[in-house]
Amino acid sequence: MSIDKETVRKVAKLARIAEPEERLEPLARELSGILDWIEMLQEVDVEGVEAMASTVEAQLPMREDVLTHDYTGGGKPEDIVANAPKTEDHFFVVPKVVE
Amino acid sequence: MTDYTELSLADLRDGLKKKDFTSAEVTDAYIARIEGAAALNAFITPTPDIARDKAAESDAKLAKGEGGALEGVPLGIKDLFCTRDTLTTAASHILDGFHPKYESTVTTNLFGDGAVMLGKLNLDEFAMGSSNETSYYGDVVNPWRRTGDNATRIEAGKVVGGLTPGGSSGGSSSAVAARLCAAATATDTGGSIRQPAAFTGTVGLKPTYGRVSRWGIVAFASSLDQAGPITRTVRDSAIMLKSMAGHDPKDSTCIDRPVPDYEAVLGQGVKGLKIGVPKEYRIDGMPEEIEKLWQQGIDWMKDAGAEIVDISLPLTKYALPVYYIVAPAEASSNLARYDGVKYGLRVADDKDNITALYEKTRAAGFGDEVKRRILIGTYVLSAGYYDAYYIRAQKVRKKIFDEFQEAYKQVDLILTPSTPSSAFGLGEKKNADPVEMYLNDIFTVTANLAGLPGISVPAGLDGQGLPLGLQLIGRPFDEETLLRGADALEQSAGFTAKPDEWWV
Repeated sequence: MSIDKETVRKVAKLARIAEPEERLEPLARELSGILDWIEMLQEVDVEGVEAMASTVEAQLPMREDVLTHDYTGGGKPEDIVANAPKTEDHFFVVPKVVE
Repeated sequence: MTDYTELSLADLRDGLKKKDFTSAEVTDAYIARIEGAAALNAFITPTPDIARDKAAESDAKLAKGEGGALEGVPLGIKDLFCTRDTLTTAASHILDGFHPKYESTVTTNLFGDGAVMLGKLNLDEFAMGSSNETSYYGDVVNPWRRTGDNATRIEAGKVVGGLTPGGSSGGSSSAVAARLCAAATATDTGGSIRQPAAFTGTVGLKPTYGRVSRWGIVAFASSLDQAGPITRTVRDSAIMLKSMAGHDPKDSTCIDRPVPDYEAVLGQGVKGLKIGVPKEYRIDGMPEEIEKLWQQGIDWMKDAGAEIVDISLPLTKYALPVYYIVAPAEASSNLARYDGVKYGLRVADDKDNITALYEKTRAAGFGDEVKRRILIGTYVLSAGYYDAYYIRAQKVRKKIFDEFQEAYKQVDLILTPSTPSSAFGLGEKKNADPVEMYLNDIFTVTANLAGLPGISVPAGLDGQGLPLGLQLIGRPFDEETLLRGADALEQSAGFTAKPDEWWV
């Protein structure tokens, strides 16, 4: 088994998902099953092969560094916070982070 | 009286332009059908009011001889596309109550061409699944059923013995097959358009990566995700793609090249085209019926004047393992945004600090399959494993990409089965090993890794009376040749079977 219970606990912490104690063991089994299957990639000779992140070779386009006024632009604070569970004025409200 | 819901999208479009009927009439017919098909659970959010308003606007334009390419045509929209002020869920609890303040580029294009939205279609949660059983809003049921005693039926108001419509675009495939919309949008990360299409006797087209904008589509794996249509005919897919595709400055991976008139290539035939048949797609344990159908497809293409070329794609068996590193890695990063702060669900009590807020919200908001993939993704990206898993997978991906490039020096299209089986029963694989479910995408996932366009065309029925599909894979940005091939397959197959309406 490639992943044990403690590794699941650590990864769940990194992923910010509260996994109850009784789920750690079954998750370790499930994830190990997947990773053991994936292990077959070790057979492939990848010497000198470049890692491929995207099939599109186009250069990322540049644009003027100015405020845009379409959906992606600024000037819409109401829209930005419209779906937030908790807001005050135009701010997202979260528990106190700094003591 | 004409049953408008029986008309293809092309016939609807033409009839509306000729004023043989109105969009209001067609839209009302679809709304009534959707109301009668609740048992299929294809829609998360039907939007009849929006549909009627839009149909009236379309009729006003059509009356004046105006309107776009899809004016007045009613569509279903997969609930992964953000629609302004209409609930958008990605079939996840974590997006509870999310009403986007913006419209995805694809739906902007479709509505700009006059399409009418009938509602938001069910799917696997965040498009992660191959059976539509991971949706927070419940399983979608395939309108097709097996012949004989174990056929899907309704007992005491409940669906018994239902089959999967495939996934993740199961709402889209079910709705198109059951005539609940003229066509639907869908998305495909590892097979999520083509596998559901194959399971429901519909046409599913995944365009080249970069052909259609991803902007405003809830992201799963950004280097693999691509939107496309599920339709009843190849022509309908050509029409939908023309409207959906095109350059979008808001998606930097969306390529700036002209969108051809895809419909114009239909009827050109496949005479002189070279069609590759990869021997590695003949897998162990593949049902004989699939094997036979594939041979049938080869014979059809030969009879239509194409030249069949045996090819080899030896890295095929590594495609799914590569996918199950790359896709979860990208998903774990994309899904980091669901934190209980900016939108959707928040689970926390007054004493919780911000970390507890994140952890509780994400634990309550994500389903098991989504969590599994986030954890795998987090693991393969974590220190110490990044090179061994993630970088290695990207290198194998490059080799798979190169292998296809080589193949396309010899052939114009590649012909394969769409899926290793016909639709299976809901619940049949629910408790199986996750890997068994993943194997559903074995024939489709390669096209995502290599960014290639692929299409599934209904080609026949198996011994249980269920539809089976054949897949064509094309060169990048050559959807025209892909559609020519699909058109020829469709003509040869003459697939006219329809599910009987047990759900009404």
